[in-house]
Amino acid sequence: MQEELQFGFPILSFLTFFPLLGALVLWSLKDQDLIRKGTLGIASLEMVVASLMLLRFVPETAAMQFAERHEWIPFLGISYHLAVDGISVLFVGLTAFLILLLVLYAWDTVTDRPKAFYMCLLGMEATVMGIFVSIDLMLFFVFWELMLIPSYFLIKLWGPGEQRQYAALKYVLYTLLGSVFMLVGFCLLSLNYFEAKQAYSFDLLDLLSVQIPLSLQLLIFWLVFLGLAFKAPVFPFHSWLPDALVQGPFSMSVMLAGIKLGTYGFLRFSFPLLPDASQHATVVAILMTLGLAAIVYGAIVAIIQADFRRLLVFSSISHLGFVVVGMFALNFQGIQGSLMTMINLGFSTAGLFFLAGFIYERLGHIDVRQCSGLAKKMPLLATFMLIIGMASIGLPGTNGFIGEFLILLGVFQAWWFYGAIAVTGVIFAAAYFLWFYERAIFGPLKESLPAVIKDLNSREWAIGVALSVMIFWIGIYPSPFLRMVNGSVQEVVDRLHPGMATAQQHDSLISVEVTRN
Amino acid sequence: MSNLKNHLVVPFSILPISIDDPFNLVEIKGVVFLKKNLPVKVPFINYFLIVLIPPCELVSGNRNLGQPFSIGIRFTGFLVAAHQILDIRPIIPVASIYISFFNRIGDAGFLLAIFLIFSHYGTLDYTAVMANASTLSTEMATAISLCLLVGAIGKSAQLPLYTWLPDAMEGPTPVSALIHAATMVTAGVYMVVRNHVLFDMAPMALATVGIIGGITALFAATIGLVQNDIKRVLAYSTVSQLGYMFLACGVGAYTAAIFHLMTHAFFKALLFLSAGSVIHALSGEQDIRKMGGLHNKIPITHKVFLIGTLAIAGIPPLAGFWSKDEIMAHAFVHGYYHLYLLAAVGAFLTSFYMFRLTYLTFYGSSRVDPHVAHHIHESPSVMTTPLVVLAGLALFGGFLGVPPEHGWFHGFLHEVAAPLGAEAHEVGWGVLFGLMSVAVAIALGGWGLAHYMYAIRPQMANEWAAKSPQVYTTILNKYYVDEFYDCLIVEPCKKLGMLWDWFDRHILDRFVVGIGRGTDISAGAITWVEKYVIYAGLNVVGYSNHLLSWSWRKLQSGMVHHYAAIIVIGLALLIHLVLVWFVGSSAADMSIR
Repeated sequence: MQEELQFGFPILSFLTFFPLLGALVLWSLKDQDLIRKGTLGIASLEMVVASLMLLRFVPETAAMQFAERHEWIPFLGISYHLAVDGISVLFVGLTAFLILLLVLYAWDTVTDRPKAFYMCLLGMEATVMGIFVSIDLMLFFVFWELMLIPSYFLIKLWGPGEQRQYAALKYVLYTLLGSVFMLVGFCLLSLNYFEAKQAYSFDLLDLLSVQIPLSLQLLIFWLVFLGLAFKAPVFPFHSWLPDALVQGPFSMSVMLAGIKLGTYGFLRFSFPLLPDASQHATVVAILMTLGLAAIVYGAIVAIIQADFRRLLVFSSISHLGFVVVGMFALNFQGIQGSLMTMINLGFSTAGLFFLAGFIYERLGHIDVRQCSGLAKKMPLLATFMLIIGMASIGLPGTNGFIGEFLILLGVFQAWWFYGAIAVTGVIFAAAYFLWFYERAIFGPLKESLPAVIKDLNSREWAIGVALSVMIFWIGIYPSPFLRMVNGSVQEVVDRLHPGMATAQQHDSLISVEVTRN
Repeated sequence: MSNLKNHLVVPFSILPISIDDPFNLVEIKGVVFLKKNLPVKVPFINYFLIVLIPPCELVSGNRNLGQPFSIGIRFTGFLVAAHQILDIRPIIPVASIYISFFNRIGDAGFLLAIFLIFSHYGTLDYTAVMANASTLSTEMATAISLCLLVGAIGKSAQLPLYTWLPDAMEGPTPVSALIHAATMVTAGVYMVVRNHVLFDMAPMALATVGIIGGITALFAATIGLVQNDIKRVLAYSTVSQLGYMFLACGVGAYTAAIFHLMTHAFFKALLFLSAGSVIHALSGEQDIRKMGGLHNKIPITHKVFLIGTLAIAGIPPLAGFWSKDEIMAHAFVHGYYHLYLLAAVGAFLTSFYMFRLTYLTFYGSSRVDPHVAHHIHESPSVMTTPLVVLAGLALFGGFLGVPPEHGWFHGFLHEVAAPLGAEAHEVGWGVLFGLMSVAVAIALGGWGLAHYMYAIRPQMANEWAAKSPQVYTTILNKYYVDEFYDCLIVEPCKKLGMLWDWFDRHILDRFVVGIGRGTDISAGAITWVEKYVIYAGLNVVGYSNHLLSWSWRKLQSGMVHHYAAIIVIGLALLIHLVLVWFVGSSAADMSIR
């Protein structure tokens, strides 16, 4: 049973419901300028509160912090239980950060029904926050499903693509299909708890306290896996992703590519609740194969993409392969690395989607066949794209390297053969990004481009700077972030390998090195 | 322990700082170069500074193996970008994918080495690893060393991962000077020397290092013979000289490798920057077929370039002679005759192509484009001053390593670069002088041949080329290695990408859409069944009710005699049923009777 730390103020409830309240207030407003200023205010306040929460978070412990617990539907054992630990705390900050940037991004670019757009965005923030702070499985599930509503409208109403209706429907149906299985899995967990304790509960901390037989664990694992794999998306369940990200608006792409809900679920529920299933040989072999296939498949398909958004889609499939492979290395470095990589992708891949949006607004496309030499017109954009792109391919000194290095180190220690295959992803990543960058950003200026292309304006500049700061911060001094996740990662590892002393590996490799330097 | 650490830290930190000298000169030069040539100054200088960071990190961060090395190793990406953001000349798009690709292959090897080290030692702290190096088995040491070697090869442009380096020549000259001369490509050599303890434990890996170095030294020199771009000749020369350093590592002459690294930095930075000065004077012309007779038009550049040529060719007492001779002598004395042979032939070719370059650029009749000819001018002093300083280093820098094997430099590096278990080979001065004279003879031979071919009988080279066109074009096209890699790696990758993209769009997505369609169709089928089977069935029930109720309604006509008749009939039926029920069918039959 993990200890819980209380906090005087229901800060997590505030983080979850404040955007929703804000959205309701926006509803009553008429003045467009006031609406966007109001949204910016709400998102900024949310960011401030999230930062405060990060500052007050106690690192190097597996405890559930800022816990709030109230009964909700007692006879089914469903409670309103919010808390964060090392696994989820960074995602809360990341969500607030990205939404703030998205509000800045949408400032001038969303002219069609801005009020509804901002309401959807805030609704999205509320539900995503809810997903990350929920400790009760049913509460988690509620937010998980609610998140689809704003996403659906964002894709359907503001998508730039011709087939946005189709993409929106595909995304929702796909995710729903998976989550039905996940719901069954959650119910089975609760039934198992009932057998042991004669009471229902969906509370993660309660469920952790009972034993689950291996066969049931396997069944539940695969059911939950389906829900998470569709959302993540794990190869080969990814076919909604190209549609949703290419047809949908850039704001949606940023959220879908930046916030890794699916793989978060593995660390949050599958690993702690189903430790035996998670290290079952068949499960590991299948997941490793899927992960490695995703790394290579995504990277090689990304090489030949002409549309930058499609390239990013496959690059993020490849990155998710890394995340999956790192998790199923089942050791400290691997899990720590994949957690860090999930956070990093919120800056790198999401950042590239921002930049793609900047280009799209100016040119109406991001097709490498029709643009080259953009650096001459937009040197600032070229600079930011280089920084963020380098983070995406894992250049040392950027955040991408930290995550990738830890993942590869973890995998290599567990199975050197899988590690050796995963390392090839490093090669391909450089190939697809740099090749695109050279053709589109450098090279001779294409005549068909408009004569006047403005470089980044101050809002876009601010977005680029914010992302770059985070990239270099995590890249150069990752200790604060690693310290936050260490305790919970160690807890997950301990549950996976009970009785195995891993004390000497308690400190992360890199945090040790950094503090020494 | 701390003593050991200091010994490790100090020499390696100071040494590259001495190599840093060209950096700063290079930097000044870069600023001027840009003032004249480029519309974009600020980004260039910024990127240039970015380029400077990683090598400094590389040498100063020697506490652990992992990070700083990889920083150095991977920063090529920055460099590629830095040189291309300027794109002075159009870049061959395909070429640049190699740069990233091959460098990352090196990275991958290096990462594997790091993971192997970590899985064996549980730490990446350099001192801890090296102190416990002897706990490794030979197999493990070989595996680690070979993986490190892959990283070094990728970084230092050795066979077979060398093709990116000459392509990186497309950038501006100061960047080239930085890449080629000072640090970046030599990082691989540095890494091998740095981890020589591991290599010493793996004779097989060490032999591989030597053979790769020797073959590269010769191979790149042959390509250098026929190139017509002044910077490309120097680029292949760099690959070749790096080969010498690897060869030195392979024969255990680590000090000589670092010594050559240093002297090479002096004269190659000099050569590149004076080549830049030539290009500057000729308004951007790089083709040596359109140069010639420049010696009195740009005298300072001419003199320093000549000094650089003499140094790299190995004419005593210039810097290159001492370091190269030491490598060759070490190979010979320790019995690596095959490597000595490769190095000797390479030295001859080096001398030849460098003097070819000098003759074609500065002597003979002018072949300069008339439009360019009247613009020719010597570079300003801010550009020539660094050249003169570097020329001084190229002239006298070699004396740091004199006498061979016992110079100040050797004492300086003795603690860190002495190979494990090497027995002292006390060689007589006679042998050493013999080898020196052979080296001088080789260098002079190359010079003589170049003099004969390009000064006395200038048409001879063309005659030779005409005589065996296949050989000439093969070498001119760099043995078609680029094309080979293109066929073998790049094109298959793209093809595979297209195939999988097609698979993703048409099979995987169709499959999903197919499931959707299937749902749609089955929903239609269910609707049909519902409409025409279930509803129809219900309707039958409904209609029969309707009919039944109609017949019942008919009975209720409101006329008393109808009701009376119904009652009578009903009563009769009731009695009949009761009798059948309780008495049996026979009784019923009787009652009817």
